[in-house]
Amino acid sequence: MKASAETTALQVDDGQLIQGNPTFHTVSESISRIVEVKTTKAWYVLFGFFSSLALMFVVMIGYLFWEGTGIWGLQIPVAWGWAIVNFVFWVGIGHAGTLISAILFLLRQPWRTSINRFAEAMTIFAVICAGTFPGIHVGRVWVAYYMFPLPNQMSMWPNFRSPLLWDVFAVGTYFTVSLLFWYTGLIPDLATLRDRAKSKIRKAVYGAFALGWRGSHRNWQHYELAYLLLAGLATPLVLSVHSVVSFDFAVSNLPGWHTTIFPPYFVAGAIFSGFAMVMTLALIARKVYNVENFITMRHLENMNKIILVTSLMVGYAYSIELFIAWYSGNPFERFAFWNRATGPYAWAYWTMVFCNVVVPQVFWSRRMRRNIPVMFVVSILVNIGMWFERFVIVVSTLANDFLPSSWHYFKPTIFDVGMLIGSFGLFFTLFLLFLRFLPMIAMAEVKAVLPQADPHYYEHHGNGKEASV
Amino acid sequence: MSNKNGKVVGILAEFENPAALIKAASALRDNGFKDFDCYTPFPVHGMDRAMGLKRSKLGFVVGIMGLLGGSGGLLMQWWMSAVDYPLIISGKPFFSLPAFIPVVFELTVLLASFGAVFGMWHFNRLPRLHHPVFYSERFSKATDDGFFVAIEASDPQFDAQKNEELFKSLGAVHIELLQEDEQEVKEEPVLQTA
Repeated sequence: MKASAETTALQVDDGQLIQGNPTFHTVSESISRIVEVKTTKAWYVLFGFFSSLALMFVVMIGYLFWEGTGIWGLQIPVAWGWAIVNFVFWVGIGHAGTLISAILFLLRQPWRTSINRFAEAMTIFAVICAGTFPGIHVGRVWVAYYMFPLPNQMSMWPNFRSPLLWDVFAVGTYFTVSLLFWYTGLIPDLATLRDRAKSKIRKAVYGAFALGWRGSHRNWQHYELAYLLLAGLATPLVLSVHSVVSFDFAVSNLPGWHTTIFPPYFVAGAIFSGFAMVMTLALIARKVYNVENFITMRHLENMNKIILVTSLMVGYAYSIELFIAWYSGNPFERFAFWNRATGPYAWAYWTMVFCNVVVPQVFWSRRMRRNIPVMFVVSILVNIGMWFERFVIVVSTLANDFLPSSWHYFKPTIFDVGMLIGSFGLFFTLFLLFLRFLPMIAMAEVKAVLPQADPHYYEHHGNGKEASV
Repeated sequence: MSNKNGKVVGILAEFENPAALIKAASALRDNGFKDFDCYTPFPVHGMDRAMGLKRSKLGFVVGIMGLLGGSGGLLMQWWMSAVDYPLIISGKPFFSLPAFIPVVFELTVLLASFGAVFGMWHFNRLPRLHHPVFYSERFSKATDDGFFVAIEASDPQFDAQKNEELFKSLGAVHIELLQEDEQEVKEEPVLQTA
């Protein structure tokens, strides 16, 4: 045992993915300890606060079911208000998690291993928040099952030509696949927690979820292929989900919505906002839980680069939308976009442009990309900006429709605001529970990217024994 | 060596690092061992070849499940929209293939993912309640920083003495027998028939 501790505690050069020269054991130790030690007071305070907000959300949903969607600021022509804005916002947040876990995995970006676990958790919780909104937006929730192809008393089936129906399938599949992907990644780490557990209950619970995993290589072989295939499946899936969400708008005939740029524009925006949310969460988590050696400046800088790139894509989409509106020569189209930038919602439009296009430009500077307070502020502003992007798209198009006599200015009610805040409460409640009970960093994956995990490492660094196949 | 006196179910050796384990695995492969396995906290690169494992067949499962999902999705939409209750909606044909593609795609991905995860469970015989390697106290290191190899008693070449010598010559740092606890050795209960 001593020998193994010595040989694995090999020196690692600076600039490695994981800092602090951890051994395999210290990786297990520093990550598992987070969920094993006594919970801090700060956690209880935060949990109390956010779960109260989540409770408020639940109560408001109850009132909504009782009273109907009139408690929101909805008025014809604005029949889609904050609920749909929040839906698109939360689905978008989720996308970065899948991008990090699947696309960066396929692109062989080993730096993702430090952040993929909680980015995936974020995806799942964001999709839960997202799924709630269209669910409660249907008005008559007791017939919500009409959305699914289930035999019913009218012997009718859903309309498969409708983008809203596609959405049900896309978001449902997305949630299921994200959950499976996340859980598959968790299995080896749950086994680690099981083997470290002292109490009977912990052993039983972690043991049950670890499925009897024993790190057998015959198992690893299938496991690795399953993980790779899931990543390959999740990649087109994540692109399809936000494309389908954008079809909710693009397939309709309203000026401002009916544009072919929507699918790629929505996907880029989703990744943009999702990375900002991962950044916000990562900055807090690495500070609170002392995992700065795992989530290093290199990870943060890479994420900032992605934020900058996607910000440019979003900025390009904003400008090309305006150009095409002008170039189309269609007066309705021209009006929709001119109205966005100069009409009653201009303040929201320019908030969006400022937060999403102007602010991230600071990341051209390396110093700014590596400055923690700066990236924290930017990540919050991007989240605000991306919420406003969806608000501008949904509300400004609907409020000023073809018939000026029906125009009116959309005003949210206390329930609109309360439910948005409540959904954040739900999101953070789930996230805090995750931090408390599950390993926030993928231990097995981090161990696999340590230099001493490579069998060839021992050929050069040697340990007195010949090591080659 | 263990001092328990239950039935011997295998022999477990620990090696100090992934390279030594790979070397041990390829030695076992070359000596013609069949029922052996390596246990590591993370997948060790190059171990498939060292153990002489064939490619995983999981890809076929995923492919077939994906095809089932896609064709099933198309069939469902065709039957529901064009056969069971045809409705004219915005003048589109009953069987509107382009509009059916998103659902076909989503169901392809959904079923293929089920195939990947549950197929992996099937090939790995998961979930499982017990395995001989768990008789070893030391084995909990396998999910932390231990690199183990175990030969099971079912292997035709299993021989505690000889295998131990082989492991020693390969540089194992710790060797133990996997033995059932005596109390636990019970015959399978025979069902009483009236």
